[in-house]
Amino acid sequence: MSLQGKDLLTLQEINQEDMELVLSTARSLKEILSRPIKKVPTLRGKVICTLFYEPSTRTRTSFELAAKYMSADTVSISASTSSVQKGETLADTARNLAVMGIDLVIMRHSVSGSCHFLARVLDIPVVNAGDGMHEHPTQGLLDIFTILDYKPKIKGLKVAILGDIAHSRVARSNIFGLTKMGAQVSVAGPSTLLPPEIEALGVKAFCHPEEALEDADVVYVLRLQLERQSNSLFPSKREYQDFFGLDRQMLACAKEDAIIMHPGPMNRGVEITTDIADSPRSVILDQVTNGVAIRMAVLYLILGGRE
Amino acid sequence: MSHDLLIRGGRVIDPVSRTDEKLDLLILDGKIARIAADIEHQEPIEVIDADGKLVMPGLIDMHTHLREPGYEYKEDIQSGTRAAAMGGFTAVACMPNTDPPCDNDSVVSNILEIAKKHGCVKVYPIGAATKGRAGKQLSEMGEMKRAGAVAFSDDGSPVATAEVLRCAMEYLKSFDAVLIDHPEDSSLSENGQVNYGLMSTVLGLKGIPREAEEIVVARDILVSSLTKGKLHLAHISTKGSVNLVRQAKSTGLNITCEVTPHHLVLTEEAVWKTGYDTNTKVNPPLRTKEDVESLRAALADGTIDAIATDHAPHHADDKWVEFDYAAFGISGLETAVPLVVDRLVLSGIIDWMKVAETMSTNPAKILGVPGGTLQEGSIADVTIIDPECERSVDPRGFMSKGQNTPFTGWRLTGAPYATIVNGRTVMLDGRLM
Repeated sequence: MSLQGKDLLTLQEINQEDMELVLSTARSLKEILSRPIKKVPTLRGKVICTLFYEPSTRTRTSFELAAKYMSADTVSISASTSSVQKGETLADTARNLAVMGIDLVIMRHSVSGSCHFLARVLDIPVVNAGDGMHEHPTQGLLDIFTILDYKPKIKGLKVAILGDIAHSRVARSNIFGLTKMGAQVSVAGPSTLLPPEIEALGVKAFCHPEEALEDADVVYVLRLQLERQSNSLFPSKREYQDFFGLDRQMLACAKEDAIIMHPGPMNRGVEITTDIADSPRSVILDQVTNGVAIRMAVLYLILGGRE
Repeated sequence: MSHDLLIRGGRVIDPVSRTDEKLDLLILDGKIARIAADIEHQEPIEVIDADGKLVMPGLIDMHTHLREPGYEYKEDIQSGTRAAAMGGFTAVACMPNTDPPCDNDSVVSNILEIAKKHGCVKVYPIGAATKGRAGKQLSEMGEMKRAGAVAFSDDGSPVATAEVLRCAMEYLKSFDAVLIDHPEDSSLSENGQVNYGLMSTVLGLKGIPREAEEIVVARDILVSSLTKGKLHLAHISTKGSVNLVRQAKSTGLNITCEVTPHHLVLTEEAVWKTGYDTNTKVNPPLRTKEDVESLRAALADGTIDAIATDHAPHHADDKWVEFDYAAFGISGLETAVPLVVDRLVLSGIIDWMKVAETMSTNPAKILGVPGGTLQEGSIADVTIIDPECERSVDPRGFMSKGQNTPFTGWRLTGAPYATIVNGRTVMLDGRLM
């Protein structure tokens, strides 16, 4: 099994061996983050480009630091400050970057499937850093990695994913990744935010969060993606918080040792209350740390590393 | 030039006279002079050996986008009619969503003039039902009809409201023309990319529910019942639409409908399997297996009257982009016959008589244009199909400027062998004459 030279576009299409390879590689690379001098020469001479058509704090920084800790050079392009503003197409932008000698492109884009398109345009590996409402595979991997910090194994674990499932690429990558590794996944939210036939992906769907939370080992709260919602899918943030936001009372339905996760950025007081987000059971900042390790592993494995 | 021609030894299929026999067909002066076995003809004359091939009334594509005027970079009348000839079509009816839209008689005349000069097959303009296709005010349909328009439609969009549709259908009674509606409720389909269902969930693309189509199909059927006018529903794609049409027909309403080859052979899974290939992006979207099966059954039992390509050629620039930004549509003229033969005839879903009926006879009848039959005295528009020719679809060889097809690389058995317009051979054995 190897990811060498390959794209990482989805967790739907990756096999379990490759997923476990990333997780175990990340486990050994994570140690670098706690060294006084955070630099290994592994990817020296490699050039990695982050191409972001959407805003990002965590994902972009995390990929860039992952590359830098392994001595790769990085360039970052934002749609908002590049020739994309002059109307340059994605295909042209990407090909221009490629001929400057880049070894790997990490892209985030608001349109689902854009990374598949980019992979067709380019010969170099493409890593999906979130495409529209489709997938965010490194997020899925870092979430699984984080769960494994607290739970012995994924198989048999009950994971409840709450909130805006319909618009969430994080939900899709987690559903594909977690079910592949044997978790029992439930999703819940107002029915307007549950996508059609979601149960065909091997999850249980509920329109009352309490039902999904029953006996859950992991409570995963999604961000309400207000920017992707054109219509009135729920009446107000206030009512959303009231019926679907995670608060102490709702959390009581889950197991006592259930961990709380969120991919960030949080809408505090909407999908999650501040006291829960900042409680000892919250592993939200662990997710961020682990994101760097996972991305180091992904870059390392794709750009020629062997186990 | 005298258009004399002898087509020898083909299996002649004519739905009007229910002929299905190995016969010769003699064409003199652009008309069918004789249909009989072993015709002896003394004069030196062009002969096409059609042994082992199907000889059919010329195929008529009642739903084509020729893009001229306005979008000549996607297609023009010359390239579009060449594509038609290559695809075995002797005539195409072109939709009015051009720029300017075909909403007055001068645009109709202009299209016909260009077609006369550069066209390779017959062109029947379809006029816009409302001015600017804006759905507010009726266009001058009488004048357009007089100039040569054969039907009326706001295709690309539905006729906006039930009241405007009602008026258009009532008004058209004076001109005996059919109203072709594109069934889509845009409030449900807005920003949609693929069928609403499992695939929209997996792909994270906004879904277009089948009900977006069915609501308008139902509306149109009810308005047709109110007006008793002539209504044709374009490119229906769902089981629900089929059921609504079947039910409406059983009550005797004057309704017809069409289906495209791609909705008969592809499902929504094509978008996923091809990794978001924008050539699978089409409106209405590719649906589910259940829908495809229902459409096939409806074609076989006569609920669906016609196969129409909805030929929607696009420039690569309009497709080589992110999925949401790509244009809807498939370049269909040059793959229609191979798909129909390979996927529907050879697999026993429909027979050759049904092919002639749905691709020639019924379109001619619905549009009220000549052709659709092979009988002595009728116009010599003829399509010859080779049922054994096996080819791979290669859009680089298309005559259409639009190479946007999801069928690239498909090996299909069955191909148009000759296209004969008014007795003149415009395509023979894959070559334009």
